This record gives sequence, structure tokens and C-alpha cells, in this order.
Amino acid sequence: MIASILAGNTNEFHDLIRPYERTVYVMALTLLKNEADAEDVAQEAFLKAFRNLREFRSEARFSTWLVSIALNEARSRLRRKNTVKMESLDEPPDEQGHISPALLRDWREIPSQALERLEVRRMLQEAVSDIPLIYRETFLLRDVEELSINETAEALGITVASVKVRLHRARMMLQKRLAPLLKQANPTRRWFPWL
Amino acid sequence: MVIDCKHVWDHISGYLDGTLSSEERDVVQKHLEHCEICSAILDSTRNILILTADERVFELPLGFSERLHARLDEEIRGIAPTPAKSD
Repeated sequence: MIASILAGNTNEFHDLIRPYERTVYVMALTLLKNEADAEDVAQEAFLKAFRNLREFRSEARFSTWLVSIALNEARSRLRRKNTVKMESLDEPPDEQGHISPALLRDWREIPSQALERLEVRRMLQEAVSDIPLIYRETFLLRDVEELSINETAEALGITVASVKVRLHRARMMLQKRLAPLLKQANPTRRWFPWL
Repeated sequence: MVIDCKHVWDHISGYLDGTLSSEERDVVQKHLEHCEICSAILDSTRNILILTADERVFELPLGFSERLHARLDEEIRGIAPTPAKSD
């Protein structure tokens, strides 16, 4: 399809990018934490991809190429925005530190139906938004957008080993914060046979 | 080989992804069979991953696609990607 677009069938670009709309938007949103900025950056990223399509190398995956364009766009927007507190794009100093999870004696599964509640969706969005940037990027690509570990490494330009470390830390940070909150938000429904 | 809980926590992510060596996996598995705390940590982490991956958590804004494709249309009409060089 890319060859065909480059040969002049430019309208096919619409179909080429449709599967990646959400991924690009979500990446921008979680970096910028603002819907209008995220939409603008996502549009810019797709336009940039169109303008630079010739530079795409067929040995790379189109999805990871596109995501890396979106990441660069979002990062440069972050740097330009003076009103937003700058987040470090480097590794936080505690990169090697150990993260202890929330300790629980048991876990009662929270069903997906719980997501019908805005309060639960917000809780998850905020928890993801609050983890440090380098962990958040990795988590989003791998666990939210479900890229493989190799694709995540390719899109972020980091090693597979780094993806694994960052992913582990992101997941532990989320478990630590969310497990107690979700448990509270989803109190066990008790059925009393004598009632 | 017996391992403590802290060691198991370091392997939870790899355990979920299936990237542990068979030896590591067996050791973690054995620990999980008798440790209710580590089992609850594993179950809650897995549950949180399922919830955050649900499309309802991070949704596209209403009209996002329409606005994007309209903007792309303008671009496509204006500039086509550079044609291939003949040399």
C-alpha cells in the first residue's frame, strides 16, 4: 500500500493510518495530559508521516515508525510548552531502585463491567498519567496498545532489556497505587442466605 | 531452590509475559502455590493490566477521526509525497 501511495494513489493514506489512530492519540494524550493538545499533536504526526512517507524503510514496521514520529512530536510539544511542568525525558534517578507492590492477602477480580463507571475509568487514567514518563511510554505501547516487547523497543529506540525493566517498574507502580483503590471502589457484594 | 517474596515480585512482570526461563518460572510457580500474598499481587497486577487495556479507558474524542481525515484531505490535495527520483 505504501508503494501505491508513493506512486500517486495518495488517498490510500487514509486507509493506511486508520488502524493506528487510537495508538497515536493515546500516546500523545498520556504525554501531554491535555485532549486538545493531544489531538493537535496526533494530527501533526499523521501529516508528518504523510509528508515523509518516502523516508520510511520497509525493513521497519510502519506502526513503530509512526509511533516514533508521534512520540517526537509530543516530546517537542512538551519541551515548548512553558505552562506545563517539565517532565524529565531522562531516566529518573531511582531507575535501579526496588518498587514494593501493595501487599494484599487476597484479590477478588474486578470485572470489566466496572469500567462502565466513570469514576473507575478516571482512576485508571490518572494512575497511568502519574507514573514517570519513561515508564508510562513503555507501559502504554506494550500494555495498552498491546505492541510486542520488540515493537515497543523499536518504537522507543531502546533495548529489549530496557523495555522489560521499565515495564516491570510501571506495572509495579500501578499495582501499588491501584490495587488498594480498586479494592475500595469495588466492595465485595455479600449475599446473606437468610435475607 | 526456595526464594523469598521480594525475589518473586521482581519476576512478576516476566511471569505475566512468559519471558522467564523455565527454571525461574518453576521456582516462582512453586512459591505462588503456597504464598497467598504473592498470589494476590500477581492476580491484582494481571487484573489491572486487563482493565487498563480496555478500550473504554482511553477513548478517542468524539469526531476525532472525521477531523483528522478532513485535515489529511487538505494536505493530500495540497502536497503529494515527493515522487520517486528517476535516477
